[in-house]
Amino acid sequence: MEEKFAHPELRKPEHLVYKTTDLMVDCPLSYCPGCGHGVVHRMLMEVLEEKEIASKTIGVNPVGCSVLAYDFMNIDMLGAAHGRAPAVATAIKRLWPDHYVFTYQGDGDLAAIGTAETIHACNRGENFTIIFINNGIYGMTGGQMAPTTLPGMRTSTSPYGRDIEIMGHPLKITELIAQLPGTYYVTRQSVQTPSAVRKTKKALRKAFDLQDQKKGISFVEVVSNCNSGWKMTPVQSNIWMEENMFPVYPLGDIKVDGELVTRS
Amino acid sequence: MAKIKGDIVVNIERCKGCEVCIAACPFTCIAMSEEVNSKGYHFAIKVNDECTGCSNCALVCPDGVITVYRAKVTAE
Ligand SMILES: Cc1ncc(C[n+]2csc(CCOP(=O)(O)OP(=O)(O)O)c2C)c(N)n1
Ligand code: SF4
Ligand code: SF4
Ligand code: SF4
Ligand SMILES: [Mg+2]
Repeated sequence: MEEKFAHPELRKPEHLVYKTTDLMVDCPLSYCPGCGHGVVHRMLMEVLEEKEIASKTIGVNPVGCSVLAYDFMNIDMLGAAHGRAPAVATAIKRLWPDHYVFTYQGDGDLAAIGTAETIHACNRGENFTIIFINNGIYGMTGGQMAPTTLPGMRTSTSPYGRDIEIMGHPLKITELIAQLPGTYYVTRQSVQTPSAVRKTKKALRKAFDLQDQKKGISFVEVVSNCNSGWKMTPVQSNIWMEENMFPVYPLGDIKVDGELVTRS
Repeated sequence: MAKIKGDIVVNIERCKGCEVCIAACPFTCIAMSEEVNSKGYHFAIKVNDECTGCSNCALVCPDGVITVYRAKVTAE
């Protein structure tokens, strides 16, 4: 294809300002077009690259759309049974305390089937990082209702919208685990705009920096889209997310240096 | 006068046509192609010469398929 506005004179190594890190495997991602998982993967790999800790990092992938994260992240990873990633990460970190360890989990994985593992790892104050991708739905299996699904939100198992009288309230598991003394840094971010992406990267950086201090769990929630499950275009889903998800899951730090952040 | 000039290279075979980059560009430099790649996706193309190499599009691209270049050039 002929490019109309190409500038070959700029396309030189000395002018390079951004390229995908080599810690992302050079292969197509299995995610739907526009899905936030890919951005979070890349920011995570950028943090490991900048900290030069890729060879000392072990990730635990979940069951969910990101089950294949081990194919995309060029680091050591272990797959956990659905929801059990924090238990597996506990073992890894205790056996290899000088390694950086993280779990990468969806809301179905972390806040439904894995609630017990999440809460107890956080309560024990394990020294690893939990990355929690909250898209309010079970993406992988066809868009079923998750504990995080919004009131009134339509999913394949709540086709008339989530009725909180019958189906309960959205579970704000991030606020919940922030109450536990074993968590040291708890934040909620997103990746739909350039500035949001930069903030998420900063939060991930901080979470990994804190593993050196051994003060407990660093927990980074990323509110993300599932345009397939939500049945919207990617751009629509990002707008819908800002308008509907953020009021229920407000962005920002929830706990810093072991202290809950008071919001005015 | 020196001016900042940017350029992007899109890996068009890996682009999934999600259009998230379009919304992120402050200078409306990106639009979707009329053609499709081998997977059937329209792909991101540059449609003007306003790019400053700010990297916004590359940051939000879920598939990480945008590479960005930037340099100071002297305007003729
Ligand atoms: C023990 C067990 N129960 C149920 C399933 C089916 N299952 C696979 S992924 C998933 C939920 C995925 O949702 P989430 O964790 O939110 O990830 P997403 O795909 O949305 O990123 C479920 C219920 C399974 N694989 N194993
Ligand atoms: S189903 Fe949803 S979460 Fe899964 S890849 Fe597609 S958009 Fe992403
Ligand atoms: S680098 Fe910035 S100006 Fe250039 S196309 Fe991307 S978003 Fe637009
Ligand atoms: S954000 Fe990436 S994948 Fe989506 S249209 Fe733009 S270049 Fe293609
Ligand atoms: Mg989910």
